[in-house]
Amino acid sequence: MRVTQGCFSFLPDLTDEQIAAQVQYCLEKGWAVNIEFTDDPHPRNTYWDMWGLPMFDLRDAAGIMKELADCRRVYGDRYIRMSGFDSSHGWESVRISFIVNRPKNEPGFRLERQEVGGRSVSYTTRAYALDRPEGERYADQ
Amino acid sequence: MNMQQSITVRGKDRYKSGVMEYKRMGYWEPNYEPKDTDVIALFRVTPQDGVDPTEACAAVAGESSTATWTVVWTDRLTAAEKYRAKCYRVDPVPNSPGSYFAYIAYDLDLFEPGSISNLTASIIGNVFGFKPLKALRLEDMRLPTAYVKTFQGPATGIVVERERLDKFGRPLLGATVKPKLGLSGRNYGRVVYEALKGGLDFCKDDENINSQPFMHWRDRFLYCMEGVNRAQAATGEVKGTYLNVTAATMEDMYERADFAKQLGSVIIMIDLVIGYTAIQSMAKWARRNDMILHLHRAGHSTYTRQRLHGVSFRVIAKWMRLAGVDHIHAGTVVGKLEGDPATTRGYYDICREDFNPMTLEHGVFFDQPWASLNKMMPVASGGIHAGQMHQLLDHLGEDVVLQFGGGTIGHPKGIQAGATANRVALEAMILARNEGRDYVHEGPEILAKAAQTCTPLRDALEVWKDVSFNYESTDSPDFAPTATPAT
Repeated sequence: MRVTQGCFSFLPDLTDEQIAAQVQYCLEKGWAVNIEFTDDPHPRNTYWDMWGLPMFDLRDAAGIMKELADCRRVYGDRYIRMSGFDSSHGWESVRISFIVNRPKNEPGFRLERQEVGGRSVSYTTRAYALDRPEGERYADQ
Repeated sequence: MNMQQSITVRGKDRYKSGVMEYKRMGYWEPNYEPKDTDVIALFRVTPQDGVDPTEACAAVAGESSTATWTVVWTDRLTAAEKYRAKCYRVDPVPNSPGSYFAYIAYDLDLFEPGSISNLTASIIGNVFGFKPLKALRLEDMRLPTAYVKTFQGPATGIVVERERLDKFGRPLLGATVKPKLGLSGRNYGRVVYEALKGGLDFCKDDENINSQPFMHWRDRFLYCMEGVNRAQAATGEVKGTYLNVTAATMEDMYERADFAKQLGSVIIMIDLVIGYTAIQSMAKWARRNDMILHLHRAGHSTYTRQRLHGVSFRVIAKWMRLAGVDHIHAGTVVGKLEGDPATTRGYYDICREDFNPMTLEHGVFFDQPWASLNKMMPVASGGIHAGQMHQLLDHLGEDVVLQFGGGTIGHPKGIQAGATANRVALEAMILARNEGRDYVHEGPEILAKAAQTCTPLRDALEVWKDVSFNYESTDSPDFAPTATPAT
């Protein structure tokens, strides 16, 4: 399966040139760009690990693309996403977020159903990868 | 400066028994300067033939505040001058002989804090049936900060909705399940599953899906949530379906909303026809229960569509932002339902901005502060398809739910394919826009390129290539873009 979180997951994986154009878009809007990675792709896993601090006050996407390359060197077997953060009043949150790296093999999620209270079902989504400890989940790829 | 003088009768002559013209009773005060705390309403007044326009407008002020048809001595037991609404400006409507814009100011003490029902009982109460008027339309309102702050506002708001769904940087995608009536719960859930798995973020009950013989509400909720959870596991994305909890009584609605919550739904839905008080109650419930609240504007066209009589949708949008819904249907411009581009732009601004400057060419007559009230997500639904993606993004922007019902379910290769076509078209357009391309003009080209690697999109573009709804609007702005307000 393919995890389709983020803004561009239905398109073919973005090239570095395409990623740089999106980063430049963020910078021109005055947003801070953040690189995050994880090996837990659960849809409600909000806090991916940060690759350093969000990059404030930059003008050129090149520096951020270098950080992405460094992050990929270390965590290339995991999901990596980039996001643009807008600190202006009334938003003060993420404005755009898209996946820029993903494991070669995405085993996906198991849907667990617990029958409760008559016909009701209590649902839980579990990533198959989470059967292994953090850091080793996609390591054999 | 207004050259007209007040003709209000003062002193004890004001209270002589009998009938007196409204404009002499204190409801026409051309030199009144509205206070920052006043509620201001702008009416389009069309008096009966032979009725003096100023008197007609003063009557609107009177009948929507303290007046009755004759002088009453009991006015003298009150601070009557404060409580009288004051018409302070009357302008002829451009290019519309016989109609007048009446600006009327109301003291804040006339209204119960935080109650849309109370506000509307005055502003659109008896006055709309007043005989000396041929027609009356409430065009816009200025709600002062002091009054805005007495309302909860949207239960969730655009920002937190996006955070909860983990979806940023693009419009959300939805579809209304069709056919809207007749599907069993089991078949209905199938549509939800297919559409969500194919790439949509939301599915939606239609306004008249409640609990009918072919599908009772509990069945619908159970099967829909099976579809939602299956799709969530298949994609790794948060998915939702607007479970319509509209019902005959508040008790029924609370019961349905509680069941939706128990099943893990992120969103519920209500219809405008449940009424203002019920809407506010459900907004409070939604805030207490971490639920996004979708409003379908069922019924609004009975009073919003005609220019001469009724209530403009921009006013309904303002009331609904105060009342506290998170989603509101606000037009598509290019789809099958009424919606002039400039007027629709005005509605969208009312939903999404923290401050609306007066913009006459969009039909926005007043500066409107929202005092950090949450933003409301507009929903575009009705007769739209993937081939219009560039136009939709241009007209409606990024913070909007684009709902392709027929445009998903009617796809020749099935519902999943229809959903995928829409999602790919959207992502390709956002990518191109952010890259700085002239996506409005290059739109068809961008879609054709994306379709090269996406067969469902290619099919969709082919099937609906000639579909458009070009009819003249019945509700366009009165002012051209260059117009400036009269001083």
